[in-house]
Amino acid sequence: MSTFSRRLLRWVIRCSIGACCASGVGAALAESAPGLGVALSEAELQATQVSIMPNGDGLPPGLGDAVAGQTVYQIRCMACHGEEGTGGINDRLVGGAGSLASSRPIKTVGSYWPYATTLFDYVRRAMPYQTPGALDDDEVYAVTAYLLYLNDIVGEHDAMSATTLPLVRMPNREGFVRVYPD
Amino acid sequence: MPNPLTPLSAAANGLMHRRLFLKAGAGLVGGSALLTAQPAAATRAAWMKAPGRPMSRYGAPSEYESSVGRIGFGVSQPGTTGSGASRTPLEYLNGVITPSGLHFERHHSGVPDIDPDQYQLLIHGLVERPLKFNLESLVRYPMVTRTQFLECSGNSRALLNRTAAPLGCGEIHGLVSASEWTGVPLSILLDEAGVTTQGRWLVAEGGDAAMMSRSVPLAKAFDDALVALYQNGERLRPENGYPARLFLPGYEGNMSIKWLRRIAVTARPAMTRDETSKYTDLQPDGTARMFTFDMAVKSVITSPSPGLVLHQPGLYQISGIAWSGRGKIARVEVSADSGKSWAEAALDEPVMSKCLTRFRAAWRWDGGPTSLMSRAIDEAGKVQPARAAYLEDNGPSTSYHCNMIQAWHVASNGDVTNVYV
Repeated sequence: MSTFSRRLLRWVIRCSIGACCASGVGAALAESAPGLGVALSEAELQATQVSIMPNGDGLPPGLGDAVAGQTVYQIRCMACHGEEGTGGINDRLVGGAGSLASSRPIKTVGSYWPYATTLFDYVRRAMPYQTPGALDDDEVYAVTAYLLYLNDIVGEHDAMSATTLPLVRMPNREGFVRVYPD
Repeated sequence: MPNPLTPLSAAANGLMHRRLFLKAGAGLVGGSALLTAQPAAATRAAWMKAPGRPMSRYGAPSEYESSVGRIGFGVSQPGTTGSGASRTPLEYLNGVITPSGLHFERHHSGVPDIDPDQYQLLIHGLVERPLKFNLESLVRYPMVTRTQFLECSGNSRALLNRTAAPLGCGEIHGLVSASEWTGVPLSILLDEAGVTTQGRWLVAEGGDAAMMSRSVPLAKAFDDALVALYQNGERLRPENGYPARLFLPGYEGNMSIKWLRRIAVTARPAMTRDETSKYTDLQPDGTARMFTFDMAVKSVITSPSPGLVLHQPGLYQISGIAWSGRGKIARVEVSADSGKSWAEAALDEPVMSKCLTRFRAAWRWDGGPTSLMSRAIDEAGKVQPARAAYLEDNGPSTSYHCNMIQAWHVASNGDVTNVYV
């Protein structure tokens, strides 16, 4: 894209939200930017673990079903999240269907989370708490499948993969009202 | 000029006109009751009889202030050491800057120990030139300084309890702090990478063990987002993102990703765990509001507040902080009769956009029981809601963005407690 079209885009973005007041300062400062960013190589880009998007962008190769996931869960997750995702010392992961409008809402993966891809993304980046990154991609797919299975969202032998996971329709998918953008 | 010791009344139950502060100065009003208590120094005090300590490498608070510290530190859910929050002891502070060591903390997997020589910030995704920056490079970029607040959107959640919890000011409201932040406008780095026409959002990721990540509208990035490197004049403290953090003025604190390591420009939000299962606002009908980024207009009286006992009737200065994620504070009003009448408070200058603003009001306590309240109005005209109005709009099951008016009850014996009025 040309310099002119980049500037045009910036102008469009800023004016569309009425944020023109800040652009003057930023634009003036940009004139003295030293341009020290170093190009990322293709190898570095390939090695970068990216965020998983709801449409599946970023999902790696691999697969796993609930049967395999149960084993992973019992070894890696159960101590904190309880047997079958409830009754643990940390976040409850299973159940709560139909409770959101009650006086005691129970927010779990099954009752509240709008996207199944979020589960893969979060487990891969942050779990298990003491040893994040310890699960390989097959194990993350498997434990994702197991938690979806425990919430009656997929079958016991439904393998989760880059192809199937984005197609999973979460029960609370339509439960969110976007405040931004209007 | 009116005699400052016989001031004009501005509202019921002893609240005085704010011009006392504007014209006579706060010291005259607040100090009058104390003047008689000071004994004349007839002899040298112990600390005046010999030279004091020499200079020190890095100063620390007076040892007599050693009881002042973050509230609730060291408390984590079992099995999640390092996760959790600590709060700013608001009731022991004044002015608007939070000392860096007292800035609230909210960590999702502890504080990482990042070697600045190995630090890298990646910018990739929908850009023409994916780039990496090291710290040595970043500090050569043009920087700006802004004094602004940061507030966790779970702040003040205790006010949603069915009954008023016996908590103090910092315990309830201490997930807000203000600092002077210095850093590189994110727009400069994004321009260098060259955002493509498809770019509408970015996903920011931290370098902690949880790799905390949030999606941020690109419009915010080009408005006033900073890659902050300095806090209150020195390099960021580790618990505030050393060596570099995202700082998004006025937005819920969770989005100002600490230990910033990666920014991916995207067409849509990533729907990360912390912007879906957390930090969304459940409504009574079971739906949830998503992407409620702005922190709403809010204020709280820091003094008097629980733990600060009023020992005798007389003149006191009511003081507190007000803030809005949508700009400057326009006005703060204070009530000393449980919300029946209100007087305008004086505001410490300068009043800064998206920063804490210190307010003050003179109050003559007659020794009777009453409740003290404050309400803030921002430059957008938004008014801090009463508790009932807040609950009417949001329901009891929401757990973020609580900005309802707070009330402190003053008992006849001078004890101050959290109450609902």
